[in-house]
Amino acid sequence: MTEKILARGAGKETVVPGDLLLAKVDFAMGHDLTIPPAGRIMREQMGADKIWDPERVAVTQDHFQPAKDAASATLGRLTREFSQQMGIKWYFEVGQGGICHTVLPENGLVLPGELIVGADSHSCTYGALNNFATGIGSTDLACVLALGELWFRVPETLKFVYHNRLKEWVEAKDLILYVIGQIGVDGARSKAMEHTGEALKYIDMEARLTMTNMAIEAGAKNGIMEFDEVTKQYLDGRAKRPYTPVTSDPDAKYEKLFEFDAEKVELGVAKPMSPDNYAPLSEVAGTKLDQVFIGSCTNSRITDLRRAAAILEGHKVAPGVRLIITPSSHQVAIQAEKEGLIGTFLAAGAAWTTATCGACLGGHMGVLGEGEVCLSTTNRNFPGRMGHPKAQVYLSNPAVAAASAVTGVITHPGEVLSKMPAGIR
Amino acid sequence: MTLPKTLRGRVWKFGDNIDTDQVIPAKYAIYSLDEKELGKHAMEGVPGHETWASQVTAGDILVAGSNFGCGSSREIAPVAIRGAGISLVIADSFARIFFRNAINMGYPILQSPQAAEAVEEGDELEVDLEEGIIRNFTKGDEYRAEAFPPFMTELLRMGGLVPWVRKQLEERRQSVAARG
Repeated sequence: MTEKILARGAGKETVVPGDLLLAKVDFAMGHDLTIPPAGRIMREQMGADKIWDPERVAVTQDHFQPAKDAASATLGRLTREFSQQMGIKWYFEVGQGGICHTVLPENGLVLPGELIVGADSHSCTYGALNNFATGIGSTDLACVLALGELWFRVPETLKFVYHNRLKEWVEAKDLILYVIGQIGVDGARSKAMEHTGEALKYIDMEARLTMTNMAIEAGAKNGIMEFDEVTKQYLDGRAKRPYTPVTSDPDAKYEKLFEFDAEKVELGVAKPMSPDNYAPLSEVAGTKLDQVFIGSCTNSRITDLRRAAAILEGHKVAPGVRLIITPSSHQVAIQAEKEGLIGTFLAAGAAWTTATCGACLGGHMGVLGEGEVCLSTTNRNFPGRMGHPKAQVYLSNPAVAAASAVTGVITHPGEVLSKMPAGIR
Repeated sequence: MTLPKTLRGRVWKFGDNIDTDQVIPAKYAIYSLDEKELGKHAMEGVPGHETWASQVTAGDILVAGSNFGCGSSREIAPVAIRGAGISLVIADSFARIFFRNAINMGYPILQSPQAAEAVEEGDELEVDLEEGIIRNFTKGDEYRAEAFPPFMTELLRMGGLVPWVRKQLEERRQSVAARG
């Protein structure tokens, strides 16, 4: 699938892994940390005065916005001015967008068969929608904005097949943490991760986005999934352009095949201080926490918040712990309000914030101090990611995070809620 | 800015899987447009290296293990290292976005498992960028770097993606003008 999309972009019949090509980009994204340098490189150094297609670029104010300090306000202003001057159609102001990797899929801007780049490492998220999507740097983005093209090395593809179904309580997050634990943070370095198998049929689009989101944590260039009924339903009424899905050929070549029995995957976490430091939940249960963070492009969409709210309903956050909940987009926040989830969070004693990347990258609204221990629904826990280099960060799914906030220690959600109510996913 | 043929410098050694949050903690992203300021905080997130940048002499060489620069796509990671005065990064392997960013900036990097294994902190190296040969004066050894595909070598030689895009834009303008 990855090879077909790159070949299409490069105007070639076929390509093979290792080929270097110049390919046309279908959609590009930048945000408040990457647009200012990209805009400057494009205009002042490359000498371009307009962008290739204002309808195929999205810009979000999400990383350090609402501005956390004066310097961030400058970055926000440069991002805003550049977007206005270039006439960028998909500009998302503070309070109207949220985290890029939730905003783009929910607005139907990243579609099957497309070649998408984003100046953010988690741009691989979009691949759950059957496209090739990868993270790039600021000079890369400047090149794309100026030309609508970029150089790519065609990656080798690793195929991941998930048999059977995930068990009760076990989420897509647990599955991907387990996989990264098996292959390591460089296990898919520069390669494509193609996810397939029976288990995916029962994993909804939001949870699929959680899986492709973390491709970069295994070092991958992109994560990609087949187009199916789940993809189609998600895109109906949402897609902003016509699209053509891609499928893998029956005789497609893979560098390596990995097979997992989804039914055997347990609830798990990534322990400090690396996303591949997997442990089953039972091994770390009881670990005392200072902060619980439910947020980020990985696990803070509406389905994630529903599960967290189901756990928190009628409970209080344990003394000595703070729970911070950051929806991943403004639309998610609006939906959470409609469903009464925000009331549940506030009654439980959680801090509810505006949609932003915030604490995930140690930006603002939940930065950790020296020696603090945090359980987080985010994607990476390298030293210093969420604040002080000596803070300890565990990664988990939102239900585990919510249950742990109630008890103050890492806890199985089944200890707080006997069963996830039907219909909540 | 084109690359010199050879570089000479003293080695700073780092381990495997050094991620971008260690190279330049996200809080310094507010200095995205200021290479010097970023340089002052390079590698600050690596335990024991809080004041590392102040000890670097311009021209020093950074040698690291596998998957160097994993994590974020922030281009300020190679920018910060360059800002600190490091002339070249050699690693057993690079994470892909760090790799792209360095090539796009026209900033020299070399992939050499041999050198990453043998070189120690403080060694004096001379590196022939065109030939991909790394000489270790301290140990009297010599290592090979892996050759890059021609397009990447060309980008590095030109000074990165900026001059390449300038050239493309110029060609487009000319073809529009020719069509009249």
